[in-house]
Amino acid sequence: MLKAGFSLNKSTFELSLTEGKISEARIQGDWVMGNVVPVFAEVKQQLQQQQCTQLHLKGEHLGDWDSRFVLFLFELEVYCKVQNIVLDMTGLPDAAQGLLKQASAFPVRESGQKENLQKSFIAQLGQQAQALYKQTLIMLTFVGEVYFSSLRLLRGKACFRLQDLWLIMQECGPKALPIVTLISLLVGLILAFVGAMQLKLFGAQIYVANLVGLGMAREMGAMMTAIIMAGRTGAAFASQLGSMQVNEEIDALETLGISPIDFLVLPRMLALIVMLPLLCLYADLMGIFGGLLVGMTLLDISVVEYLVQTRSALDLNDFLTGLIKSSVFGVLVALAGCLNGMQCGRSSSSVGDAATAAVVAGIVSIVVADATLTVVYQIIGF
Amino acid sequence: MTQVHIEVRDLTMAYDDFIIQQQLNFSIHKGDIFIVMGGNGCGKSTLLRHLLGLKKPAAGEIFYQNANLWEISDAQRKKIMRSNGVMYQSGALWSSLTLAENIELPLKEYTNLAADEIKGLAYLKLALVGLVGFEEYYPAEISGGMKKRAGLARALALDPDILFFDEPSAGLDPVSAKLLDDLILSIQDSLGTTIVVVTHDLPSLFAIGTDAIFLDSISKTVIAQGAPKKLLQECPNPTVQSFLSRGIK
Repeated sequence: MLKAGFSLNKSTFELSLTEGKISEARIQGDWVMGNVVPVFAEVKQQLQQQQCTQLHLKGEHLGDWDSRFVLFLFELEVYCKVQNIVLDMTGLPDAAQGLLKQASAFPVRESGQKENLQKSFIAQLGQQAQALYKQTLIMLTFVGEVYFSSLRLLRGKACFRLQDLWLIMQECGPKALPIVTLISLLVGLILAFVGAMQLKLFGAQIYVANLVGLGMAREMGAMMTAIIMAGRTGAAFASQLGSMQVNEEIDALETLGISPIDFLVLPRMLALIVMLPLLCLYADLMGIFGGLLVGMTLLDISVVEYLVQTRSALDLNDFLTGLIKSSVFGVLVALAGCLNGMQCGRSSSSVGDAATAAVVAGIVSIVVADATLTVVYQIIGF
Repeated sequence: MTQVHIEVRDLTMAYDDFIIQQQLNFSIHKGDIFIVMGGNGCGKSTLLRHLLGLKKPAAGEIFYQNANLWEISDAQRKKIMRSNGVMYQSGALWSSLTLAENIELPLKEYTNLAADEIKGLAYLKLALVGLVGFEEYYPAEISGGMKKRAGLARALALDPDILFFDEPSAGLDPVSAKLLDDLILSIQDSLGTTIVVVTHDLPSLFAIGTDAIFLDSISKTVIAQGAPKKLLQECPNPTVQSFLSRGIK
């Protein structure tokens, strides 16, 4: 029924007062979306001036019409009802009358509009605090459930499929190698580059090897892989579990008496606990290799010299500190991803929200945990 | 005989080499409520996608009032597609928009009406399907039956020439399904819209159907054609009979 702008007749609504307080309106022209039609507000003014008690609509010269016409009639009908004007529409096409009847056939829901009241600052603050409290409770409950589920795993009673674990391990391990390679190589390169500039001033270029080795092994290797995994795997976990929530798959597991924590969260957490340290070790080596590249090209240090210096600077404990960190990060990334996925709402847009929240929570918790662990290591002299 | 709205000639539908239906010949007349029926997996929804112009036929032609859907220009085909309203099986409402916004989107896109008027039209469409008062709700906040009705309101947004329904009564309780049937009938009655319904819901197809085809998944073609009630009485084909007479014989 959409028509192009040309070949349309001007639409008009002509009001005329006949005998007594009876008005007549002649409706003419094409009342379609592509045409200019009378505005109801103007018609309303005319009606107010005439103060009629009855209104007869005549539509003999009505051309094409669509919803726009019905909308006009709809508004007119509502107005007439409020003003106690008897509206006679028998002169209009049956179809238009039918549609109007249909539109007013259903009872209007009184309390329909959603409450959209502006709340005071104090009320907002209170709501936010309550929401935070609830969120914390949910998080703690989740951590507790995961803890019990891990205990079940240790007793060999957790129920999940080894096949799933294997697939997830592949997904978050080997498939992440290319991006981990690129990022950690570049991080090593950057560390070496920044260090070289300063150390050159003292003629101590060779200590670039110490800087890069220690930096990668103790901090950057674990941190960078964890952040990559938070963005890559954490988001994937959240959207997988989120869409399972949307499809009611998680409910289905629960009704069967299978704990979704055991079945879905445990394998994901295990996979990350195992794979993240491996990736971290790989990232350490890649970072050292990046430093080596800078040392060779920019500082004229030979390969052997650089490697010997690196070995003398590092002992096994340094790697161990990084690996322990990355295991912790693995747990955090998995928890952030799974928690947000399980909490996902029932619509497709909430899956996106869950993924976003998972990445944000993952990265924040990684950085906080890293700072805490570094301080703890310092205190116990690890 | 009323005017032919859509004509299908020798249509073959296939995914790669796998033929779903072949040699389909039928026409849908203006103002008909045309039912596409058949068992699960016989290609009903695929046929709908073909009729909508979303999928190109493997062979054969589809005519919209003498315009061959795949021989006209892309712009013309888009114009035809725009004059179709579709109600998808689960509503397919955009979940990030409120019900009113869902209906306003096509209006904003394809008309140059003022914002007030678009709002008014959205209100009118929601009133037509009995959802006044839910303008500001998001699809996730309403029930399945309401989602379907909201989907119908959106399908009506641009005053379509043809309305397509994919399994309108699937997942609805009998009362809601009846309500939707009545809605379809009253819209057809007042607007004279051609309506194509893909369904295997017996009460619904007997209640509203004026013409129908029956797709068979074994012979891969149309095995019966005519008004559903007439098919029940007269069609000798045992497949059609057992399909239509569930709960009767």
